[in-house]
Amino acid sequence: MLSDLFPPAGTPQPEDGSRRSFMKQAGGILGLALAPPLVSQAERLTAYSKVIQGATDITLRVNGQAHTVRIEPRVTLLDALRERLDLTGTKKGCDHGQCGACTVHVNGRRTLACLTLAVMAQGKEITTIEGLAKGDQLHPMQAAFLKHDGLQCGYCTPGQIMSGVACVQEGHATTDAQAREWMSGNLCRCGAYPNILAAVREVATQQSKG
Amino acid sequence: MDTEPQFFDTNATPGVVGQPLNRVDGWAKVTGQAKYSAEYNSLPGLVHAVLKTSDVAKGRVTGFDTTAAMKQPGVVAILTHQNLPKPVKVPDSQVNKGTLNSPMGFFPMLSDEVHYAGQPVAIVVADTLEHAQYAAALLKVNIAPETPVSSYQDPKAERYVPKNVKGTAGVTKRGDAQAAFQSAPVQLTATYTHATNHHNPMEPGATTAHWEAPDRLTVYDTTQGVSETQKTLALMLGLATEQVRVVTKYLGGGFGCKAWVWPHVVLAPLAAKAVSRPVKLVLTRQQQYTGMGHREEQEQTLRLGATKDGKLLGIVHEKTSTTSPWDDYAETNSRIINMLYALPAFESTYHLAKASVMTSTSTRAPGDMPGSFALECSMDDLAYQLGIDPIQLRLLNYAEKDPTNGHPWSSKSLKQCYQRGAELFGWNKRNPKNGQTRDGKTLVGWGMATASYPVHNSQGNARVRLYADGRAVVQAGATDLGTGTYTIITQVAADALGLPPENIRFELGDTILPSTQWSGGSTAAGRVSSSVYLAAQDVWQKLIKLAVADKNSPLYGAKSADVEMGNGRLQLKAKPATGEAFTEVMKRASLGDVEGNAQGRYGSVYREPSAAADADMNKEEKEAAAGYSMHAFGAHFCEVHVDPELGTVRVARWVSVMSAGRILNPKTARSQVIGGTIFGIGSALMEQTVRDPHWARYTNADLANYHIPVNADIPDMTVDFIDEHDPHVNAMGVKGIGEIAIVGVTAAVANAFFHATGRRLRSLPMTPDKVLDALRQPA
Amino acid sequence: MNDFSYTQAATAKEATTLRKDTPTAAYIAGGTTLLDLMKAHLQEHPQLIDINALPFRGIEQTKDGLRIGALETMSDVGEHPLVLQQFPAVSQSLLLAASPQLRNMATVGGNLLQRTRCGYFRDPAFPCNKRVPGSGCPAQDGDNHNLAILGVSESCIANSYPGDFSVALAAFDAVLTLEKGKGKQRHVPLTDFYRLPDSTPHIETVLEPGELIVAITLPTAVPAQRSTYLKVRERSSYAYALTSAAVGLDVQAGTIRAARVALGGVGAQPWRSREAERTLVGQPATDATFRAAAAAALQGAQPREHNRYKVELAQNTLVRALQQVAAG
Repeated sequence: MLSDLFPPAGTPQPEDGSRRSFMKQAGGILGLALAPPLVSQAERLTAYSKVIQGATDITLRVNGQAHTVRIEPRVTLLDALRERLDLTGTKKGCDHGQCGACTVHVNGRRTLACLTLAVMAQGKEITTIEGLAKGDQLHPMQAAFLKHDGLQCGYCTPGQIMSGVACVQEGHATTDAQAREWMSGNLCRCGAYPNILAAVREVATQQSKG
Repeated sequence: MDTEPQFFDTNATPGVVGQPLNRVDGWAKVTGQAKYSAEYNSLPGLVHAVLKTSDVAKGRVTGFDTTAAMKQPGVVAILTHQNLPKPVKVPDSQVNKGTLNSPMGFFPMLSDEVHYAGQPVAIVVADTLEHAQYAAALLKVNIAPETPVSSYQDPKAERYVPKNVKGTAGVTKRGDAQAAFQSAPVQLTATYTHATNHHNPMEPGATTAHWEAPDRLTVYDTTQGVSETQKTLALMLGLATEQVRVVTKYLGGGFGCKAWVWPHVVLAPLAAKAVSRPVKLVLTRQQQYTGMGHREEQEQTLRLGATKDGKLLGIVHEKTSTTSPWDDYAETNSRIINMLYALPAFESTYHLAKASVMTSTSTRAPGDMPGSFALECSMDDLAYQLGIDPIQLRLLNYAEKDPTNGHPWSSKSLKQCYQRGAELFGWNKRNPKNGQTRDGKTLVGWGMATASYPVHNSQGNARVRLYADGRAVVQAGATDLGTGTYTIITQVAADALGLPPENIRFELGDTILPSTQWSGGSTAAGRVSSSVYLAAQDVWQKLIKLAVADKNSPLYGAKSADVEMGNGRLQLKAKPATGEAFTEVMKRASLGDVEGNAQGRYGSVYREPSAAADADMNKEEKEAAAGYSMHAFGAHFCEVHVDPELGTVRVARWVSVMSAGRILNPKTARSQVIGGTIFGIGSALMEQTVRDPHWARYTNADLANYHIPVNADIPDMTVDFIDEHDPHVNAMGVKGIGEIAIVGVTAAVANAFFHATGRRLRSLPMTPDKVLDALRQPA
Repeated sequence: MNDFSYTQAATAKEATTLRKDTPTAAYIAGGTTLLDLMKAHLQEHPQLIDINALPFRGIEQTKDGLRIGALETMSDVGEHPLVLQQFPAVSQSLLLAASPQLRNMATVGGNLLQRTRCGYFRDPAFPCNKRVPGSGCPAQDGDNHNLAILGVSESCIANSYPGDFSVALAAFDAVLTLEKGKGKQRHVPLTDFYRLPDSTPHIETVLEPGELIVAITLPTAVPAQRSTYLKVRERSSYAYALTSAAVGLDVQAGTIRAARVALGGVGAQPWRSREAERTLVGQPATDATFRAAAAAALQGAQPREHNRYKVELAQNTLVRALQQVAAG
């Protein structure tokens, strides 16, 4: 049934270990395998701290847990979360930093997972929407979104909530106008903005009192 | 329908219906647990498909260079029109288009033809998303280009008057509107233009197709109607309906674009078949702009004749818009212009021009949204010209009956909407003159407009299974677009069964559930709530039958008709103290559960199931048969601040009052109204997709350059509802509110702009360039 | 994105050496521009060199002004007390740009290397002289609604730098410190950093192959302390400027002693207007003066069909910004 447009048998299949893939540490013997033939360049290479090429095991700390995932350097944090770790709470709305649906916290700062390489997130604390609640105890921002109906379809919601938590922590939710501006990096097509504002402001007010 | 039970009668004092419950699906959504259609990752051997689309807008594919793409690791297949398994049936004619619920009379990748930029020309399947994406980028598609037509504005475009658009004649006449206009003492003529708009749901279109057996297909799809998608896929793939299962548990917005089976929804299972593995296909944001339709660019000329007292005499309306090479598609703007006021004569003409674009499609309040812009701006012009308050002018022309057919309204509370809205807004403090109010550098204006949206007839099934332990599972194959369906149906079931809502589990979004029509056209709330309510009545009837025949029941020997349900008890209507809990009846009968089924409706008449998935829900003759015209009504009020030097328009305040039958949940309903309004504010002020005039290709197909409103654009908003008792619309007395909220919004903004500046802007969106241009004109 | 190797560089020397070995490699810091361009298949690089470990950090007071490390993020610079106090317009240009998330990620050095949002550049289906030299410029008689009107050429009418920060930097005489490796540094005024399109729109800056942006120096100046950045856009936030103005004034006894003016959104590059400054200096701080300066700034504008409005809008933007600063 399939025509000759299919790749011929024997085309390398990645993700199964058949493709060269390794992490080369400084001075590691594998480094020489990649080094260009000139000795001077090979010497230079040995000084490099880290090279990652091809599908490689890396470790991501997500919601307090270490996950090892085998990925190429081009895999974004967003696709690592969604497609490899099945942490699909973080959403892909545009894949270009134009909607905020993929907002997560990296070392406590709100960050777009779609424009972050997973390899560059190694060694950092990543928090996603799945890591916000403590068991059945919702984070106050999640509870406020529920109470104020700060969501409709729910697709932008994880990003809004992660952004909202950060917005309050940053001190950028002290007035309605300020919170509107500092929540404007998260698009919501259902138009839940006034309710999102109410949720963020309520949490900000609670925390300033508490 | 006379025999149909009514919620008003059985539940005169509702429990949770009408209460502002939090969303029952909210917990899943705020914790990231809600699973959308592209998130079924554990299917065995799942691979990723990426569409390759045409760069050019018109031409023929002359060949593919797959060399570089095939060298990429992980590539499983490159599928083109040369090797893709062929569908059994395709929407290649208007007949097939109708049966297939297809939004276009065209299906790509069947031949070398290219008819629009962004048309799918190949599918690359690979083990990872990254591999598929990059191989698709490397795949070279050679296309011999031809000169495209970009829109109705293209000098090459040929304009014509179609026989029909969406079930409405190309030319319609009621009375002699031309003569009425010509002889009218007051005549207004104005032309309104609208940019192309895109729905842009935050969740892009996505289809995951899994052939569980050669004759068994499961599809996780972003669709507003699982049953419609099931039926279409079965027909196109040559399967029996029950061999296809479609699942949509959560939908990330739809707004009309997910109401149809677009090409990628069929291409995904075809690709899955070709590679014998489950396939996940997600549109990129850019592909979303050419993958699931749009609201067409259009211009309307409205000629309005009136008496010097402001009574309408006749309106002549013409619309010109772009359609695709295959379809005569236009939003039916004339509908609302024809019915909104006591208008004695009306004439409407649709002009189309075929261009190298895909067919435009239903977009939140199709037709009524742009139609109301023309009508409600012209009404505002008339009010100013005659020195009549805009609300007063509308009351002068208040339609006590439907002017199109003389029928009474099933319910109409528009006067109360005007009154309540004016109170909430402080309309009586309005300066009748425009251009009078300043706030610092900005000009301040107030505007209002009427909203209305019809009740589209539809019907569907529901099942209620009541368990002896006092829990219930309720099922209907509806979808929740974010509108609150999960929540409102849980509330209705709770009241109908006399149970607390936490004892109800409502399941939707799956074709294994009782079938119901799509969630579109604001039909779902009324239809599904009625279906579930009636299914609950079916449960009670079965239990009553048991009880009256059971010697151990206090109801033994009573007539079934004399027994009612009250708070989970079966009791005598005349003597409620005589009765027992339903659990007792079930216990004695050793019944673990009782199941009820029913078909509920929305609108005036039931329709045959075969017609249920028909695209055209707006058959006026159906209404005629029922004797009532059914519409929701409302009014918007707003304040805008215009910076006359910087050209910016900011909405500063908003009040909407809606009357839409029974409001099942004021919290989710308010969200719907706010959301529709914000969608309209976007259309009024910033949304436009630009197609290059020579290449017929979009130049801003992304969320950075196609602006939808952000939080900072939106002011405090006040929403109120007029409680309405409509015994005709359905068993629950519910009218939809998903769409009415956007109707009139663009006009309210434009009317406020006129009040602020004394200049009329009739071209949407009102971006700074147009604002500056308008302000250069004499007031 | 194409498959690339990823390397962390520990020092500038390592980074520049790696880059020399693979001339088509790219540096990555925040990644917000680079990954966006690579995902859109506008750029391909076989290797990404992570420069985040380089010591190009710190926001320090020097004897002449402020020195900002190129790897500081837009957020950190925009909210830094020294920047807020001494260069309010610079702070505003950062905080009115993009979104909080992007500002947390993007570095100020990377910000300078944003590329145009022209739809024809952004979509490889179109010809574009900036992307494929010699292929043509459909923007000239196409969708030029948000393209440039100053410094444009027959080859290109893109606002090559679509952002805000460089506009403020242009106004306040920022100097960039660049390094090619081996510790060799050179200093380039921001106003000399970008190149006008002429017939080579694909060459956008004077940055040499492999050269790194190390730091941005802002000289202390009275007009910088009394400054503002005004941005006009089609929605209230998270949008590129249609027009913008970075202005600073030193007004004494009603007379303008010194002025700084730069415009965004209208120029093929961030548009410092010395004509406007000359028109302002020595004149009373009145609307008439501001309007004359605005007219001078837009002299020589070459609008196309859909961006004609920018001639007026840019003048109004500049006048409003000057009014705001003059009013204190």
